[in-house]
Amino acid sequence: MTEQPLLQATNVRKHFGAIEVLKGIDLTVQQGQVVSLIGASGSGKTTFLRCVNLLEEHDGGEILLDGDPIGYRMIGGKRKRLNETMVSAQRARIGMVFQQFNLFPHLTAAENVMLGLTKVLGKNHAEAKDIAGHWLARVGLGERRDHYPYQLSGGQQQRVAIARAVAMQPRLLLFDEVTSALDPELVAEVLSVMQALAESGMTMLLVSHEMLFVRDVSHHVLFLDQGRVAQAGPPTEVFDNPQSERLRSFLGRFHGIFGR
Amino acid sequence: MIDYHFDWSVITRNWDKLTDALLLGLLLAVISLAIGCIIGLLSAYARLSTKKWLSLPAWAYVEFIRCTPLLLLIFFLYFGLPEFNITFLNKFESFVLSLSLYAGAYMSEVFRSGLSSIPKQYVEAAKAIGLRPWQRQVYVVLPVMFRITLPAVSNNLISLFKDTSLAAAIAVPELTFVARQINANTFRVMEVWLTASALYLATAYIIALLLRQVERRYASIR
Repeated sequence: MTEQPLLQATNVRKHFGAIEVLKGIDLTVQQGQVVSLIGASGSGKTTFLRCVNLLEEHDGGEILLDGDPIGYRMIGGKRKRLNETMVSAQRARIGMVFQQFNLFPHLTAAENVMLGLTKVLGKNHAEAKDIAGHWLARVGLGERRDHYPYQLSGGQQQRVAIARAVAMQPRLLLFDEVTSALDPELVAEVLSVMQALAESGMTMLLVSHEMLFVRDVSHHVLFLDQGRVAQAGPPTEVFDNPQSERLRSFLGRFHGIFGR
Repeated sequence: MIDYHFDWSVITRNWDKLTDALLLGLLLAVISLAIGCIIGLLSAYARLSTKKWLSLPAWAYVEFIRCTPLLLLIFFLYFGLPEFNITFLNKFESFVLSLSLYAGAYMSEVFRSGLSSIPKQYVEAAKAIGLRPWQRQVYVVLPVMFRITLPAVSNNLISLFKDTSLAAAIAVPELTFVARQINANTFRVMEVWLTASALYLATAYIIALLLRQVERRYASIR
């Protein structure tokens, strides 16, 4: 038996009204792993990711982070929802990077990174500034630390957003289609930052349409189809040996990329 | 009218009185705006609340004030409250209370639309880094909201400054009241009203210019 997984989801379910978007998702992420979710839009990838840090509340099943249930506490065998303050504490252990960057528009790049460090982790201003400087340099934006979001390109904004998430030293980083809103020529700079993070041992769970990247960096890939995990395994297996017609047809759309 | 001979000495003799009165009006406007902002912010949050016992009273307050004349409110608080044995307010306090309640209703509408126009994604980013609910408001929602609403807040400040002239109705010695007094004593109607108008205009214009600087300073951030 291996060590306790960093993230373990069991039979996660989620409804939006009458529509069931997640029909029982199982997923395990070990420390240091990169796990990717692929699938057509509407398959539930993003919803699942948002359930992991409670931007959406799952209504069935269980998500454990280091063995602690996310969003709930068991009291006398009953699920009890955590209050917002406790939920916030859980979220601080998980970083998230969004499709639309979501940088705070009134703060500079450095201040965007520092906000969580000072207000959530309680670091003093000087220390937070050092950490922010360090991470902005790591994503190649050391020179742009005093720029406001509107003064940065999409790719630069997304790299600031990654720095903001990593600087909190989360246990797990979530990436929600982080290159989908970027102009094609800006995608590479963001992917290379993510690749470097993966190589440094950061545990990552990502939703992406960048199939080559997914195949390159992932330890494990899950193909979601209509709210279920249709196939899961190492990237070579999922990409080279699709078991279902749906996965074959999904991958077929990226035909040109794989060159076969 | 054609035979009117201007005699500006009445203005130079009363210059100090006029400028003191102007400053008093400005002071009343600033205090009322400050209190009005607090009332406005609280009632904007109340109106946006899902709890009916919070949103309904806030809605009633805003609509009542917006749909009744300010002068009526001033009279009601100054002459009406003593009828209910509420007599602890002098005319200055009574006027500040009136203007604050009035400003509060207008600020409430400004802040409400500002709060509802803040993109959800900023709040989600604030959640994602682990900010607690009140921290999300203080460090993300409110700073963005103030920047969005700054032009409307500026407009209100200029409006409120001009509305201080209504304090003349309850004998608060601000510019309009003092001008009327000088008028009554000297009969120099044109000189006094032209000067009072020029003072209002110059002050309002300077306020507008200053606020535009503030707006420019912050607008670039959005």
